[in-house]
Amino acid sequence: MEFQFQFDWQAAIDSIPFLLKGIPYTLLISFGGLLIGFVLGIIFGLLSINKKWFLRWPATAYIEIFRGTPILVQVLFIFYGLPDLIGSPINPLTAGIAAIALNSGAYISEVVRGGVQSIDKGQTEAGLSLGLSRTQTFWSIIWPQAFRRMIPPLGNQAIVSIKDTSLFSVIGVGELVRQGQIYIANTFTAFEVYFVVAILYLAITLSLSLILRLVERRGLASV
Amino acid sequence: MTHIVEMKGMNKYFGKLHVLKNIDLTVEPGEVVVIIGASGSGKSTLIRCVNGLEEYESGKLVVDGQTLAPKGGNQKALTEIRKEVGMVFQQFNLFPHLTVKRNIMLAPMKVKDNSQVVANATAERLLNRVGIGNQADKYPSQLSGGQQQRVAIARALAMEPRLMLFDEPTSALDPEMIGEVLDVMRELAKEGMTMMVVTHEMGFAREVADRVIYIHEGQIVEQGKPDDVFDNPQNERTQAFLSRVLAH
Repeated sequence: MEFQFQFDWQAAIDSIPFLLKGIPYTLLISFGGLLIGFVLGIIFGLLSINKKWFLRWPATAYIEIFRGTPILVQVLFIFYGLPDLIGSPINPLTAGIAAIALNSGAYISEVVRGGVQSIDKGQTEAGLSLGLSRTQTFWSIIWPQAFRRMIPPLGNQAIVSIKDTSLFSVIGVGELVRQGQIYIANTFTAFEVYFVVAILYLAITLSLSLILRLVERRGLASV
Repeated sequence: MTHIVEMKGMNKYFGKLHVLKNIDLTVEPGEVVVIIGASGSGKSTLIRCVNGLEEYESGKLVVDGQTLAPKGGNQKALTEIRKEVGMVFQQFNLFPHLTVKRNIMLAPMKVKDNSQVVANATAERLLNRVGIGNQADKYPSQLSGGQQQRVAIARALAMEPRLMLFDEPTSALDPEMIGEVLDVMRELAKEGMTMMVVTHEMGFAREVADRVIYIHEGQIVEQGKPDDVFDNPQNERTQAFLSRVLAH
């Protein structure tokens, strides 16, 4: 039996309009989730370096749990498990955003902790010695410096989270991979379609890298 | 007249290490007190206690009429004291993300609620006074070490402190820049600022100090007028220390 494979360009091009419908979901889940994750990251990252153990311990527990379990298990738990507990179904989009938020929040907590701890103790001492309160010292002296150092690892996390949304095809969110699966079910052009899917992910992540590099350059210019 | 700083039987430990032993010390308004001693003798720790950057374990400490309780008690007094006491650090500790002028404007605007216009005018006046009025819009990293330390002095002065603490202000500087910082401090002393200075600059101590204090292993071993301490030290530890630092 002779077998010859040929890349079908026409099939690839034909799939694009249908695949593009998945992009808004991919972006909504990624950036919606990351935005909430960033807020969670600031809150739990700062709590994790608090002197009071009863603030530090719950934050550390949250971080360890969501870093230490697979995001696929997390989203399955939220989508299939949690409804049993709360007694009403959760729509796939909400489950996806929640999973990215909670998961990236744990990683961003570590980024925040690292960024804040990297700032020299002398900066805090200078702020306090000028009469600023601990809160004022933190937000006007420590945080702006720490945030600049956090930009590269935050960008990294954004890229990881964007790719993680591809797993949410399992709960039926119409994101990029899910759109691809549906399309392939009708056309059997798996190679071409997954190739285009991969290219579309790359387009998103590369644009983000480019933007971050510009932001970083501008942000660091003054230090 | 009330003392601006009063320490009575003050003790400080780092874990088991007894770093300040039963310190009795008063500083009067307008006085320039220079504290000398070997590294690790506790001299920096001593002045860091004055504005609460270090807590102490027992004894009494009153700064500018406010009692600073042991073990970080009395936060309210601490806040008040820090508004009245300026500090200059060995490593400058300027804020790298702010321009020189913004470094100076920050505390007056945040702590004293000065308007931007007032804070700006204060910053310009102080920068001129320390001789770097033309560097206002640069960032700290663009300045030499000596210039950075002068900005740090201006930043502390912007709060109009009643007492200035200097923690080895020239120890991180290249030799050719030490003079410009000492000049600013000398001016300040001449204008009547109350100062506590930890330094290894013996020439400065002799010239500017009203009183020199020698600390050895956490204890005040000797104090007096600079000429007396330098030319006729009574304690043999002071003699040994001075012969080592003045030999070269």
